Amino acid sequence: MVGRIPSVLKDAALTTFVAAALGFFIVGFRTVDVGSTKGLSFDYQFVDLGIALVVIFFGRVGLSLAAAGLPWPALALGLAMAAIGTLPLAMPSSFLHWFVILGGILIILRAGWPWANRWLTVARHSPSGTVAGQAGAKWFGALLLAAALVMPFTPMADQKTMDLSVLILTYVMLGWGLNIVVGLAGLLDLGYVAFYAVGAYSYALFSTQLGLGFWAVLPIAGAMAASFGLLLGFPVLRLRGDYLAIVTLGFGEIIRLVILNWFDLTNGPAGIGSIPGPTLFGAVFAETAPAGKQTFAEMMGIPFTGSQRLVFLYYIILGLALVTNLFAQRMRRLPVGRAWEALREDETACRALGINPTNTKLTAFAVGAMFAGFAGSFFAAKQRFISPESFTFIESAIILAIVVLGGMGSQIGVVLAAVLLIGLPEWFRDLGSYRMLAFGLAMVLIMVFRPRGLIAHREPSLRLHPVRRGGAP
Amino acid sequence: MTDAAPLIEVEHLTMRFGGLLAVDDVSFSGKPREITAIIGPNGAGKTTVFNCITGFYKPTIGRLTLRGERDYLLERMLGHEIGQQAKVARTFQNIRLFPGMTVLENLMVAQHNKLMLASGMSVFGLLGLGSYRAAEAAAIDKARDWLQRIGLEVDADRPAGELPYGAQRRLEIARAMCTDPRLLCLDEPAAGLNPRESAELNQLLVSIREREGVGVLLIEHDMSVVMQISDHVVVLDYGRKIAEGPPAEMQRDASVIRAYLGTDEGEAPSA
Repeated sequence: MVGRIPSVLKDAALTTFVAAALGFFIVGFRTVDVGSTKGLSFDYQFVDLGIALVVIFFGRVGLSLAAAGLPWPALALGLAMAAIGTLPLAMPSSFLHWFVILGGILIILRAGWPWANRWLTVARHSPSGTVAGQAGAKWFGALLLAAALVMPFTPMADQKTMDLSVLILTYVMLGWGLNIVVGLAGLLDLGYVAFYAVGAYSYALFSTQLGLGFWAVLPIAGAMAASFGLLLGFPVLRLRGDYLAIVTLGFGEIIRLVILNWFDLTNGPAGIGSIPGPTLFGAVFAETAPAGKQTFAEMMGIPFTGSQRLVFLYYIILGLALVTNLFAQRMRRLPVGRAWEALREDETACRALGINPTNTKLTAFAVGAMFAGFAGSFFAAKQRFISPESFTFIESAIILAIVVLGGMGSQIGVVLAAVLLIGLPEWFRDLGSYRMLAFGLAMVLIMVFRPRGLIAHREPSLRLHPVRRGGAP
Repeated sequence: MTDAAPLIEVEHLTMRFGGLLAVDDVSFSGKPREITAIIGPNGAGKTTVFNCITGFYKPTIGRLTLRGERDYLLERMLGHEIGQQAKVARTFQNIRLFPGMTVLENLMVAQHNKLMLASGMSVFGLLGLGSYRAAEAAAIDKARDWLQRIGLEVDADRPAGELPYGAQRRLEIARAMCTDPRLLCLDEPAAGLNPRESAELNQLLVSIREREGVGVLLIEHDMSVVMQISDHVVVLDYGRKIAEGPPAEMQRDASVIRAYLGTDEGEAPSA
């Protein structure tokens, strides 16, 4: 083992060299605005770079040691690094403290991984582990739902948390909708945001031009988005895999460009403003009601507070998301849902069994699009202002990342991934421009440790033999 | 040999891939309640004939007629319609199950069209109406029957991809039979099976012929299967039909021996 130490050090030195070469320009310099006359100038951050390189060197040593089967020294190194990170040293930025701590935690995780892995494998293959896992998944979902239901009434529900929760729930709903298309039917859709945009603009236009209310437009928006799904689906669904992905990507961009340029209808890049919010039995959520309407506070006879609207929005999106979930769960147990999964597994075999692949795919596409339409009109009602800016490709990519990282086809996985991918960047706002680094790190960690997604277990849509509880199978 | 009217009639079937003539003017017919074996050396065009019958290829020339309630002209139908309306089911040379789905789910997917109708194109099913529940229960019963026949009932809830090879072959046949076919096309069902599994397969195929009254088309290299259970043998070589007749006759036919078994009159190759 001692003989390997020179090679470990050499490897760490090489890694540090590569990091130095990359980081010299990326981290070492920062442009600063020195006033309108002089333009931009450089600020040097070589101390940051130096500290980062030291961390990288020891981090690499730690990882190599763990990989070489020396978990104890690696563990000691990781703990030491994490401890140094917490010391009140005078570092140039608070992020470097985080960097040192995260590096230490990473080494500890890597050192502990073989043990954790062995323990997990044993637990997963023991019969009580299987039953516990299934019961856990069931109760975990119920617990999550209960927590979501009471959340607005807990002390932690301040303005920021509620805003974030509404955002996360919107993505959970979009994730569940896309899960039908990608997770069940296996159709890689990179333009899902197009249907979200169709829903949002449907509500924005119907409400501002025709004066229709949120609840009246909701089904129309869903139908509009679903028909766009069918329209796109007809020509492209004979394509498979990568080709389908590229065409849907193009379709997503086309919709955005049409919205951007069809000035007469959509007001172009300026967007549509003053979209009315959703109402509860005709009561609006505002301090003063427009003529002929009453506010929620008046109806209930309680004083007006700003949080009422937010709580109401929260429950709407929670309800919509739950409807999406229930619908998807139900569809999965129906013949059409099983045909979706069969198409994902083997399209040729499906055709040989007399299943019409085009119709089946179209249903998946239209149903997925419909839920994006619902979510879109909620988004428009919540924001009160929409513009093409909100429907760029990155949105599609994030929704797809939620589905893939959550574990394709897993409903709970989508929730976890949405909390992780939407919640983390918001919570890490303190990290400033390093925020996306944490986001990337989270994604890489999921890919390394859970390559098939956070929850990869697939529950059969029906069983011939009910699961036996407790004893050995 | 029975004198019933043919179930499937293949007339002047020709399939050309660019400059390659894969199947050249082949005509034969298969009868209900009979096992018709198509044999021939590698590359003789057997699987191409199958792919034309089951709609995976459109034949260059030729007519393929399946006689059911009416005459179905298979060469004019879309791939999935052949399974849905003409009721031709097939298995594949390299097994094509839905590996991530359970054994039971594989058999339920095979009953898709029937269940889709019963679920009112999913509307009744979403509402949880009783008529759909009854249809689903009947479908599960049918699947259970087949699982008992192929000895896989205990494995019903396992992913199909986890099954041993021989079990996957049997499951693929059961899945094809769950579509209630008139004609069952089997592409080398005995490939990779040991002698015991091969004997079990013979029994299964004979029971499909006798009990279900289904016509069977069979591509096979395993002569023990062909000689023991087939009623009629069609021999292809270089895309042409070189002989046709009862198995015992084919075993003695000089042109067959020359093309298929080699010029040396030895034992029939077993794979």
